Amino acid sequence: MIINHPILGPRDSAEFTYIGDAALIDRPDWQAEDALAQFVDYGYLRDNPAGKHKELWFHEQGDRSFLVVTRDTTTHEISGVELARDVARKRGRRK
Amino acid sequence: MRYSGLRVIKEALTGHKGWKPAWREVAPKRAYDYVIIGGGGHGLATAYYLARNYGAKNIAVLEKGWVGGGNVGRNTTIIRSNYLLDGNEPFYEHSLKLWEGLEQDLNYNAMISQRGILNLVHSDAQRDAFTRRGNAMILNGADADLMTTEAIQTRYPFLNVNNARFPIKGGLAQHRGGTVRHDAVAWGYARAADSLGVDIIQNCEVTGFRIEAGKCLGVETNQGYIRANKVASCVAGSSSRLMSKADMRLPIESHVLQAFVSEGLKPILPGVITFGAGHFYCSQSDKGGLVFGGDLDGYNSYAQRGNLPVVEDVCEGAMAIFPMLGRVRLLRMWGGIMDMSMDGSPIIDRTHVESLYFNGGWCYGGFKATPASGWCYAHLLATDTPHEYAKEYRFDRFEKGRMIDEKGVGNNPQLH
Repeated sequence: MIINHPILGPRDSAEFTYIGDAALIDRPDWQAEDALAQFVDYGYLRDNPAGKHKELWFHEQGDRSFLVVTRDTTTHEISGVELARDVARKRGRRK
Repeated sequence: MRYSGLRVIKEALTGHKGWKPAWREVAPKRAYDYVIIGGGGHGLATAYYLARNYGAKNIAVLEKGWVGGGNVGRNTTIIRSNYLLDGNEPFYEHSLKLWEGLEQDLNYNAMISQRGILNLVHSDAQRDAFTRRGNAMILNGADADLMTTEAIQTRYPFLNVNNARFPIKGGLAQHRGGTVRHDAVAWGYARAADSLGVDIIQNCEVTGFRIEAGKCLGVETNQGYIRANKVASCVAGSSSRLMSKADMRLPIESHVLQAFVSEGLKPILPGVITFGAGHFYCSQSDKGGLVFGGDLDGYNSYAQRGNLPVVEDVCEGAMAIFPMLGRVRLLRMWGGIMDMSMDGSPIIDRTHVESLYFNGGWCYGGFKATPASGWCYAHLLATDTPHEYAKEYRFDRFEKGRMIDEKGVGNNPQLH
């Protein structure tokens, strides 16, 4: 698979480490009333869809950025790549 | 019809006209006591043991494709019980014992070959870890043998014990381990279950569950609605897809694992050998092809095919210990979809929906578990209590911090 890195251009997926579902960006609030239940969900439960999947790839053998890759799990076709930083900022995170 | 040597001779003399199909082709009835979703090894074994051990009569196995067309026909056919943890080892040892009596039990030749499995050791630390594992196995009634490099060289003279980076320093052997003809397992269980009255319905895909007031009443299929007192999911590889129809999210990711067969060779490799420094394991089929595999590709996939970096990695592992294979050509390669769970261990449990049960999360250890999985799942379905050997395989173990994590890598399904 070739991942089209937003800054570095097309890169071999072997340079990356797969992290998992991009929902992992949204870490629960540890002070919430139901923080335990939220963290069990966050840590252990996954949507695991057959089809379009937004997922985190870490460019470990490259610029060490985290990317959000949109990939079809039934064909391995990649339809979108963004910096995870940009995705998190769009959701209102400061850093 | 009972299979025997005498029968073969009789049929040979009468033109092979007396053979019957191994199981009936049936249309689904409108209602069953038990509906098992998934006609793979585990589903068929579950149906068989439900009928045999618990006398259940009214059972259907629904298979969306054909019997033996899923992971039971895509694995590398290895049986073993060389696990470390208490939650696992008694279960897998029970499975190995069932394998040992399976052919007589089912009256079906599954070509079970117990020529041993050898896990190679490449460092002192690894020897310590394998010593501990071997002791855990022995404590649970399994067999384990810590072999020296000399003993390994005598038995497997073709191994390169002096690899500069990963010399072979010994190995942990389980001599009762081995290989089985995997399709025959599916066919054998299907035939035995059918003979006890189980309806095996192929080309019947479950499209949804009918759930009312927290109770599962039956399943919607492409052959119509089927009512059931108990519905049992048994579709490892596609568990998340199926259970999402019951609004469940699972502690599972689906990953692709590749496997390979070489061109046919003369008999060179008895049993199974695993490389301890990279990820490579190998056995030889009765047709002569070397059957081998390695690591997951490492990303969510339902595609049943992988990519080339893993192929290269696996072949490098092969060359590190079997340099004689350098000129062997690959004949086939394929991928299977694994239910990779969050701790690398399976789940056999009830769900939050009444009378809906779940069996899955087998990672890449599902094949060897087939008999015990069916045995314990049948127990759960018949008695509503977990079987003693599967009592740790619960959904709530993640919340309670009772993970069964053989590898100790935490909630990284791609690393188990």
